Amino acid sequence: MHIVCCLKQVPDTADVKIDPETNTLVREGLESILNPYDLVAVEMAVRLKEKHGGRISALCMGPPQAQSVLRQAMSLGADAGILLSDRAFAGADTLATSYTLAQAVLILNRKTPVNLIICGKQAIDGDTAQTGPGLATRLDYTQLTYVTAVESFDPKNKLIRIKRRIEEGQEILEAELPALLTVELESARPRRASLPELIASMRKDIEVWDKKKIEGDANQLGIKGSPTWVRKMGAPPPRTSGPRFEAAKGLREAVDQSLDIIFADGFMAEELGIPTGVHHGKDSRGN
Amino acid sequence: MSECCDVVIVGAGPAGISAACILADHGVETIVLERGEFPGSKNMSGGVLYGHDLARIIPDFAERNCPIERNIVESRIWFTSKEGGYSLAYRDRIFEEQRRHNVFTVGRARFDRWFAEQAGQKGVLVVCGTVVTDLLKDESGKVRGVRTDREQGELEAKVVLLADGINSLLAAKTGFRPEPDPEHVALAVKEIIGLPEETISERFNVAPEDGVSIEILGSVTRGMNGVGVLYTNKNSLSLVIGGNLKDFARLRLKPYELIEDFKTHPMVAPLIKGGKPREYLAHWLPEGGYDHVPRLYGDGYLIAGDSGMLFNALHREGSNMAMVSGKIAAETIIQAIQKSDFSSESLGVYAQRLKDSFIMKDLKKYRRFPGFLQKHEDIFNTLPDSLSMAARDMLTVDGVDKKTKQSRSWKMIRSKTSRLRLLRILFNAWRSVK
Ligand SMILES: Cc1cc2nc3c(=O)[nH]c(=O)nc-3n(C[C@H](O)[C@H](O)[C@H](O)COP(=O)(O)OP(=O)(O)OC[C@H]3O[C@@H](n4cnc5c(N)ncnc54)[C@H](O)[C@@H]3O)c2cc1C
Repeated sequence: MHIVCCLKQVPDTADVKIDPETNTLVREGLESILNPYDLVAVEMAVRLKEKHGGRISALCMGPPQAQSVLRQAMSLGADAGILLSDRAFAGADTLATSYTLAQAVLILNRKTPVNLIICGKQAIDGDTAQTGPGLATRLDYTQLTYVTAVESFDPKNKLIRIKRRIEEGQEILEAELPALLTVELESARPRRASLPELIASMRKDIEVWDKKKIEGDANQLGIKGSPTWVRKMGAPPPRTSGPRFEAAKGLREAVDQSLDIIFADGFMAEELGIPTGVHHGKDSRGN
Repeated sequence: MSECCDVVIVGAGPAGISAACILADHGVETIVLERGEFPGSKNMSGGVLYGHDLARIIPDFAERNCPIERNIVESRIWFTSKEGGYSLAYRDRIFEEQRRHNVFTVGRARFDRWFAEQAGQKGVLVVCGTVVTDLLKDESGKVRGVRTDREQGELEAKVVLLADGINSLLAAKTGFRPEPDPEHVALAVKEIIGLPEETISERFNVAPEDGVSIEILGSVTRGMNGVGVLYTNKNSLSLVIGGNLKDFARLRLKPYELIEDFKTHPMVAPLIKGGKPREYLAHWLPEGGYDHVPRLYGDGYLIAGDSGMLFNALHREGSNMAMVSGKIAAETIIQAIQKSDFSSESLGVYAQRLKDSFIMKDLKKYRRFPGFLQKHEDIFNTLPDSLSMAARDMLTVDGVDKKTKQSRSWKMIRSKTSRLRLLRILFNAWRSVK
């Protein structure tokens, strides 16, 4: 059994700045961390490995400093860390990134067939949530996004059952392996590495793969293979908040007022199973 | 079975990393444990560092991209009253040229991290996000390793070096060092104020890479035994103000009020004008001096840096004492490894070598200084204002002859501080630092 986790190193801050010239993030001076969703991906992989055995390869495309996120993954239980690092990879959008990752997975697959790839739902710096799906498409793996739990995993019969989040609620899907999951934060709470594992991870080697090693087509790599052009970036308009009720002035009154508004809304009332037009008298509150 | 290595160092501050570098240079397998998410994440200082001592650890630090903010070419001392103050400044071309990097400013978050990276390149493992919670001892009481807050968190070593700073939980817990009392600890608050690089160079009259340090005494500490400082960084200013913990309690001062006040002082305000507050930090400093340095060695362990109360309060030299004590500790450990003897006698060489170094000599020289400040609060409350009034009177041109002014000033000063008291302050001041 072989699981691949795709990791990204991202800037850690709420205070991100945008370069007005290039419309891209200013990464300088920001703390770099493992993308939180990817950390969950690693945890999920480790849990599957604990149950089913096998091997985990952590894959990260980034500059040399990004090897720290691979070490982190190894301290949590990944067996190998591979850094895809080459000047030619720089400036990649999700199209070029998924290409580069796919090439690397193909190479990994030659040695030990890959059953599952786990990615975070999205990276907190770009928020596109495209790289995982792009990678699945390129490799022709089953694509399972927004996963909140793995219900069962059966590499022998090449089946996986997961729970995923959809707009209206949850969906449980059974699908064929090999598959690619992108995971939500709640799908697994990351552990803290033990001291021996942490120390061991710092002593291990990180393999660095360049464009030759992944047999990449230069035209599909990095900025060359990235048709995306960020024209403008901006903050979404702040959401206007709904009506406010001062509970401090009188709790009962505030509750009354808010219920009035809810019941006045036909759609909401219907959802709640309350016939419209019925005023919520004392009875509806049970007293 | 627990992990093991030759030396475990607690704390990735200047003391711990200096020791680690020297050990690694001699092929000693060393692990540094740091509770912060990265080295420096929990640390602060005024921000002045000394090239001479750093060069003894990393000789080519400047070429290795040490994150130097500005090279200090001018030192000022201010003696402030509420409305103004005296200023003494010394600038020297030698610090711009031949003796560059004699003193320079750094941001600790960046510097500590850089320093730890140098150690990492030498083969030291710097393990972050890990708190050392206790020391492991054998039946005879010899320290044989540490316990951390991680799972399977024991780590055995031939020697443990405590370089865990003034906040040392371990020292208190293990009884190696009595918990310092408020009188011997200072509390300092720091604000980093962002300003454009050119504005700073202009306001302080320095070349782009050069800077100024200002030590500020007098009424800015509101009668507390303390000091303020203002240092120039590349594109920010560091403002620090602090005082004796006991005085904070006695005068019921709140640290943030103190720094807000400090920022409005007429000599400070124009320098920080238009700046944007960037960071706000608070930290303790050891201030006990020579008489409060605990025993710094024992069976299987050594203590270096702030954890051992090695701090020269008068010259705000802490990081260099940390670096040098770390270096000497490492050299002692290397000898002990050669002899395979980690007993208290063998490690005791450390104390002797510290005594022969500038560290203990300076601390001894100034041993009376903390006590002197504590016993002469006039320096912080009445004197600044009377001396300021005298200067103000002398500089006001109003037709009164100078002799009259002089005697008027003297009378005014003496009404607040007797002649005998003044003499005593001067004499004791001299005695405490002679
Ligand atoms: C406001 C202020 C201004 C100062 N100004 C100057 C100045 O201008 N110049 C100067 O030379 N000195 C200055 N100092 C003093 C200087 O900062 C210290 O002397 C110096 O940092 C001491 O180094 P250290 O390595 O002993 O301790 P620290 O730098 O405190 O490092 C100790 C390290 O140990 C870690 N640690 C602690 N406990 C544990 C644990 N249980 N487990 C794991 N890790 C642990 C901490 O996180 C920390 O990283 C100033 C200090 C302050 C507070």
